[in-house]
Amino acid sequence: MNKKVIIYLMGWILNIEAVFMLLPCITALIYKEPSGYWFLAVMAVCGGIGIIFTRKKPENMVFFAKEGFVSVALSWIVLSFFGAMPFYLSGEIPRFEDAMFEVISGFTTTGSSILTDVESLSQCMIMWRSFTHWIGGMGVLVFILSLLPLAGGYNMYIMKAESPGPSVGKLVPRVRSTAKILYTIYLFMTVLQIILLLIGGMPLFDSLAISFGTAGTGGFGIKNSSMAFYDSYYLQGVVTVFMILFGINFNVYHLLLTRHPKEAFRCEEARAYLGIIAASVLFITFNIRGSFGSLFSAFHHAAFQVASIITTTGYSTVDFNLWPEFSKGILVALMFIGACAGSTGGGFKVSRVVILLKAVKKELGSLIHPRSVKVLKLDGKPIEHSVLRSINTFLGAYIVIFTFSVLIVSLDNFDFATNFTAVAATFNNIGPGLAGAGPLENFSKFSALSKYVMMFDMLAGRLEVFPLLLIFAPSTWKNS
Amino acid sequence: MKIIIVGCGKVGATLAEQLNNEHHDIMLIDKSADVINSITERIDVMGVVGNGAVYKVQMEAGIQETDLLIATTNSDELNMLCCLIAKKAGDCHTIARIRNPEYHSEINYIREELGLSLAINPEMAAAMEIARLLRFPSAIKIDTFAKGRIEILKFLVPDHSILHNMKVREVLSRLHCNVLICAIEHGSEVIIPSGDSVMVAGDKISFIASPAEANEFFKQAGIDNNTIRTAMFVGGGKITYYVAKLLESTKINVKILEQNMERCNELSELLPRAMVIHGDASNQELLLQEGIGQIDAFASLTGFDEENIMLSLYAASQSKAKLITKVNRIAFENIIDSMNLGSVIYPKLITSETILQYVRAMQNSMGSNVETLYKIVADRAEALEFRVANEPSIVGIPLEKLELKNNLLVAFINRKGQFISPRGKDTLEEGDRVIVVTTVTGLNDLKDILR
Repeated sequence: MNKKVIIYLMGWILNIEAVFMLLPCITALIYKEPSGYWFLAVMAVCGGIGIIFTRKKPENMVFFAKEGFVSVALSWIVLSFFGAMPFYLSGEIPRFEDAMFEVISGFTTTGSSILTDVESLSQCMIMWRSFTHWIGGMGVLVFILSLLPLAGGYNMYIMKAESPGPSVGKLVPRVRSTAKILYTIYLFMTVLQIILLLIGGMPLFDSLAISFGTAGTGGFGIKNSSMAFYDSYYLQGVVTVFMILFGINFNVYHLLLTRHPKEAFRCEEARAYLGIIAASVLFITFNIRGSFGSLFSAFHHAAFQVASIITTTGYSTVDFNLWPEFSKGILVALMFIGACAGSTGGGFKVSRVVILLKAVKKELGSLIHPRSVKVLKLDGKPIEHSVLRSINTFLGAYIVIFTFSVLIVSLDNFDFATNFTAVAATFNNIGPGLAGAGPLENFSKFSALSKYVMMFDMLAGRLEVFPLLLIFAPSTWKNS
Repeated sequence: MKIIIVGCGKVGATLAEQLNNEHHDIMLIDKSADVINSITERIDVMGVVGNGAVYKVQMEAGIQETDLLIATTNSDELNMLCCLIAKKAGDCHTIARIRNPEYHSEINYIREELGLSLAINPEMAAAMEIARLLRFPSAIKIDTFAKGRIEILKFLVPDHSILHNMKVREVLSRLHCNVLICAIEHGSEVIIPSGDSVMVAGDKISFIASPAEANEFFKQAGIDNNTIRTAMFVGGGKITYYVAKLLESTKINVKILEQNMERCNELSELLPRAMVIHGDASNQELLLQEGIGQIDAFASLTGFDEENIMLSLYAASQSKAKLITKVNRIAFENIIDSMNLGSVIYPKLITSETILQYVRAMQNSMGSNVETLYKIVADRAEALEFRVANEPSIVGIPLEKLELKNNLLVAFINRKGQFISPRGKDTLEEGDRVIVVTTVTGLNDLKDILR
């Protein structure tokens, strides 16, 4: 293992984090908040260590899959550790595990919070909390790749490890240009949302924070009542639409931009994703129509909640914990499906579900016609066996981690719905679950052990399990 | 530039790697998903799985925005079809590998009719290099600039040579030769020498000179440069055929060893002047019987790298002949270089180099002004020929005042057919062609020589 390159990369991560902390510093300056000094202090430390680590480029830049996975996993841990420091040091979140939980929840775009009263935080802390969503949504190492020409051809390994989805495709031949295109689309859509929210009369601070949360599909509310605070069909509608947009595979936008609308509309994953949303909204609207004044209002809230859960954002406009069991059942199912691969969303990913369903259908067919030969296809292209195999392995690892997490969290002795959905909400990077983990509740009630388990789940969910498992495997660190 | 490469065999993959290093956007097309996967994992390029001659596949690879398509599949016909379709679909430049000697005899017609920018025949290119080496046996490698009037030659400093422990600046005063030493390979190190650099026996020296001066230099340095009268080729493949054909008009007698009787008959029919011997070259007795001790040049050109290397080593033990060894796969270049194999020919590198030169020239018309490019040591040192444009930061300033990059040497100036070995006081003028030798790879413009 080439440890020098990994240290060098960590140095860059710290440098970038220091730059990102400028935003809360500016916020503190505007609101004249003394807690901004903690950001300055952490910035100085990050930048200092970063500059020492990046002072000399290592001569040996050999970089393989192992280094890629390890540096991605480590970078998220490093990022979270330093990101949590302002909360912890300033005393606004006094316990270390709580500060870590909050920041990991931010970077992994989960949006689960341990705060009982969000509004008591200073403005710069709230801004940093929401900004972590935006940073984590697209991935930090990919961002660094778009800036630095790092390891030549080997940066594909980093892209693979950090981007969600069963198979990572580049948009253009170079990883660097691909990363640039992705970030441009990301930035443009975020700015567009900010503008639309401003038009709707939302204050600048709120529209920035809400847009960061939507773009990264994070979902930290900046009010105790999350999005219910903004009681406007327009504002909530804008957020609904943008949540759905950020959950679509970014390849589709690139195809549209390069004037290939036919291919864009043919994308099976995006079609399945939109289909699932439409069906869920329809069923839930029908199911909850009685408890709202008008059918439109029922539709509006159903759409918001469905979009929020399937894209793994986690905003809420109503307490869906009070909804009928059927609607809650649909939402829990959506938690596991998640958004499209290649988007900022989490979960199991629609493309994996689609491929698995196709594989099931094929197996059924081969039971009836044992000698039949059928090649699985997605978007008209054959699915390679290795992709199918990796999805099966992923599913296996996913179930194992999920089961153990639920078991450990059960030690806290809450009811099953709370434990189960709390793990589901953190592992799939959603935010709120049901019952004791519901949209109006928070995660502060869990024990420290449960919180560490959920931190692991959030990171594992964001990085698609394997990078994180890999750094715990002893053979990764052996020099052989 | 956007470049599509169809067929990712040995040449395709080498090209993808080198073109990628020069910051082109590369799309690969290959029938095998495994091949595409393994390359895209290693190099920062993108791939499409499919038949490159299919319009739909080319469209998927973005033929309409592409500047150049290179077809290097193992079928000549497929390559031609790829290029034909690409020309119609994308109106881009096309390069095809066409290696069948039957097509090669009418290559100009084919190129014209298919609108090919370049038709490359790897065996022919390798054969030309071998023929050049046979004419100048002391050199390990020869490349030409300025239409052959200037050559860059690489040779090995022999033991007990006058050059041993000589400083580069002493060459002019002690040998009275106006040659320019432009690269010294010392072990695995490549040095662009200054006047104080010292040459040691065992180093590989590259220098620039006109052919007459080069001859004189070898004579003064006490390196025998005997002309070759008999040459033995082992393996009767395409390269051997082309070399023999090229040598037909010279005084060199050619002896070809080939195992396959049928091929022997064919060769003897095609090459009436050559002596064709049917037999297994790994049989020492046969080699001795055919006079391996007396020949002037020995080239092992069979299809097996291991056999070629063994044969050359054996030939080295038996005679003082000039050795030429063909190596197809370059996995262990360092090891190969450390053995006494004479000139090592890598057909796939020669092919990719020829194509690379074309790509650079193409870029030339699109802004960059590299005329020709030669790799002195693969990926480590290169010689580039630039055309000097009206660039105020360079033109008219004495070289000693220019802040040149480290490890870079302005080696030669060609001013309207007059050759100048530049000294500190010389200047570059618009319209000059200069040769720059450097270990900094990827220069695109003359301005890049400045720090």
